[in-house]
Amino acid sequence: MALLLEQLLNGVQFGVMLFLLAAGLTLVFGIMGVINLAHGSLYMIGAFVAAWVAAQTGSVLLALLGGLVAAGATGMAIEYVVLRRLYARDHLDQVLATFGLILFFNQAMLILFGRQPLFVALPEFLSGAVEILPGVRYPVYRLLIIGCGLLVAVGLWLLIQKTRIGMLVRAGATHRDMVRALGVDVRMLYTLVFGLGALLAGFAGVIAGPIYSVNVGMGEQILILTFVVVVIGGLGSVRGAMYGALLVGLVDTMLRAYLPGLLRAVMDASQADMLGAGLASMGVYLLMALVLLLKPRGLFPAHA
Amino acid sequence: MRSKAILALLLAGAIALPWIAEALGTPATTGVATRIAIYAIAAASLNLILGYGGLVSLGHAAYFGLGGYTVGILWEHFRLNEPFLGIVPGTAELLITFPAALLVGGVSAAIIGALSLRTSGIQFIMITLAFAQMVFFLFVSLAVYGGDDGLSVRRPNEFFGLNLRDPATIYWLSLGMLVLWLWIMGRIVRSRFGRVLEGIRQNERRMAAIGVSTYTYKLAAFTIAGMACAGAGALWANYARFVSPDMMHWTKSGEFMIMVILGGIGTLLGPVLGAVALVSLEFTLSGITEHWKLILGPILIVIVLFARKGLMSLFGRSGSGNG
Amino acid sequence: MAEPVLAIRNLVKRFGGVVATDELTLDVRCGELHALIGPNGAGKTTVIGQICGEIPPDSGSIAFAGADITRLSFAQRVKRGLSRTFQIVQLLDNDTALENIALAVQAAQGHSFRFWRNARLDRRITSPAHALLEQVGLPEDRGRVRASDLSHGERKQLELAIALAPNPRLLLLDEPMAGLGAAESLRMTEVLHGLKGRIPMLLVEHDMDAVFALADRVSVLVYGRCIASGLPGDIRADPAVREAYLTEEDGH
Repeated sequence: MALLLEQLLNGVQFGVMLFLLAAGLTLVFGIMGVINLAHGSLYMIGAFVAAWVAAQTGSVLLALLGGLVAAGATGMAIEYVVLRRLYARDHLDQVLATFGLILFFNQAMLILFGRQPLFVALPEFLSGAVEILPGVRYPVYRLLIIGCGLLVAVGLWLLIQKTRIGMLVRAGATHRDMVRALGVDVRMLYTLVFGLGALLAGFAGVIAGPIYSVNVGMGEQILILTFVVVVIGGLGSVRGAMYGALLVGLVDTMLRAYLPGLLRAVMDASQADMLGAGLASMGVYLLMALVLLLKPRGLFPAHA
Repeated sequence: MRSKAILALLLAGAIALPWIAEALGTPATTGVATRIAIYAIAAASLNLILGYGGLVSLGHAAYFGLGGYTVGILWEHFRLNEPFLGIVPGTAELLITFPAALLVGGVSAAIIGALSLRTSGIQFIMITLAFAQMVFFLFVSLAVYGGDDGLSVRRPNEFFGLNLRDPATIYWLSLGMLVLWLWIMGRIVRSRFGRVLEGIRQNERRMAAIGVSTYTYKLAAFTIAGMACAGAGALWANYARFVSPDMMHWTKSGEFMIMVILGGIGTLLGPVLGAVALVSLEFTLSGITEHWKLILGPILIVIVLFARKGLMSLFGRSGSGNG
Repeated sequence: MAEPVLAIRNLVKRFGGVVATDELTLDVRCGELHALIGPNGAGKTTVIGQICGEIPPDSGSIAFAGADITRLSFAQRVKRGLSRTFQIVQLLDNDTALENIALAVQAAQGHSFRFWRNARLDRRITSPAHALLEQVGLPEDRGRVRASDLSHGERKQLELAIALAPNPRLLLLDEPMAGLGAAESLRMTEVLHGLKGRIPMLLVEHDMDAVFALADRVSVLVYGRCIASGLPGDIRADPAVREAYLTEEDGH
């Protein structure tokens, strides 16, 4: 029972991480109509810089700041140099150009930090576990992540529903051309949206460090899952990103936790583990296929 | 008439390549050329749906891998003398493994296509990517077929007594397949089906307005492309005598896409040029630095932004229908 | 044939809070050219969209040659004999005018799952395409020009030729005169006049000269509702129509 609760919380925590990435991605898709494969690179950069700063200074705050600034600055640079020229282009061009960015950034990280994954040590006050229910202990850090994620979700909701900029974001998600026709400075809006997405991705990278390994290629791994979240949730919908992320996070975690065990009943341990891990990885894609069969535009599509 | 003569000359040169390589003292060139030929088949198959059909599939390499693994798995079961799933006997006959690879590629493409083509635009791109990753994870998890480490195919397939271990032989087989596939593609592209496909790429709404149910045509193209790519994978298995999940990783799909755009999207010969260009670029750049991808990335961006028509435009051919 | 070719009953379409189509009931009879007019924003394009199947109605029904087509897709309706032109022409810009028409002819001949023969050399496709080119008044040499290089008027003519390719049983014309100069409008009117009686047509237009020259019957759409329907002369004289529509045009 305690194990089940722990796994459920792990699933929520993973879902929160996915949400941070998916929210930015879905807004960029929905409002700017741009597919950006380099989103995962921003996550990776945030993670690497934060890990490095943490190792150099030992300060949590500086690490957080470092990661955010690095991701944000890189995001702005990408937008200015490359992405801006792609708004009017077709999706193929966007895919190829941002794929080129991935190649560049992955190699750059390899040069700067080498092939070995970076290890991030948690400071005293963040490591350790806390008793959330009688007899159930859960790591403080993971609870913190869940908390942060919820804060971000609420913050985003407030931003989008209650502010003027948020209104433009909502309008842009459903009627991109209309927003332009109304004379809104679309470029400013785009830059802001992209910047927000970059910061969220960087933030996700920063907090991911202590739990997942910080290595080149971490960006693509999570990027594809993020795509699945966005597809399931619906393009352009932050609400969809939330539900999609939680769903994917839970399904993936539960499958990983219990499938190998189930398989051990019918095959030997090492085969079961490998097959279990593989099938668990496939699980979310099958989920995506199922959602597509029933709702081809996702659960909460933004466009009419 | 002149372009036909040039093509004939190039083909003659390609056929003579192993002898030329031998004479020049660079026998390894034949291996590289085989690699190029096989990749060209895969890139050309992607060009069918991408260049002519306008479908941006980021998961095309899945079929490359599936084709390769069909050969690999059939070999493994042949070697162990155990039937696959208890009923299908293993084999090392190319006449069986190759059609089997085509079948596997076609069926997978039909299933994945049937689901993916219910969407369009950005969604479609992401979904094809996701399905390819799913296939990747499936094979990584199959310890019995090597998992992450891949599967060795110690002996290449039997084909009319030819020794496919000989670099020249496998090269000529691959070259022959490439020519055959390009010829088939040429016919498809000019046929009624090809016209519909191009119409769908240019203006899907207009196609519906003339009574074309676009879904079935896209699915057919997707399936054909998957089959051809699987064929390329089967050839690869015989050439490299090794298959691994990397064959179906989405970065491989990215490579095929780069070849298509580099060479000239929507032209028949573009993918061949693209394969030559990318493989050569890789060789040259990796000679300069091990971090050659740092240079390839920006090159790709520059090409996309400024030289989108690709290499074929240097020969006065622009995309789609004119190749 | 007493039964109308097209029978729209109580069609309703809402976009958010706006009622674009408000309980619309309309008939197109055999052999007639029925014009649909109305001020800007009346919802004419939305109606066309629902008839051809691109926009699903919220309620109501559409029957074509007696059969209910409300659930059918656009392509399925076209296969049954419905055809439309678009206000903003939808052409294959990379192809020549003849190639555009040829593709429509090809599609009308059945499925295109033929992978071998060269379609461009197929006489069964190219002959009818040439005939259609002539029918809409486009000269032979213009047929070999890329659609994107044609003049606006020629593109409109091409659009019509494509719509005629499947020998339709009903032709929906969405502002075929839009953007045409005086001479071009006259030519288009002549072509449409030539089709009268042979193909029933629903003509959405702003060009009043063309409407009153061509229409057998006129219906007036205001805020998604049909406020008047009848002979052109009667509509012209109808005070409600004058108030809602024609006055607006003069008054500005």
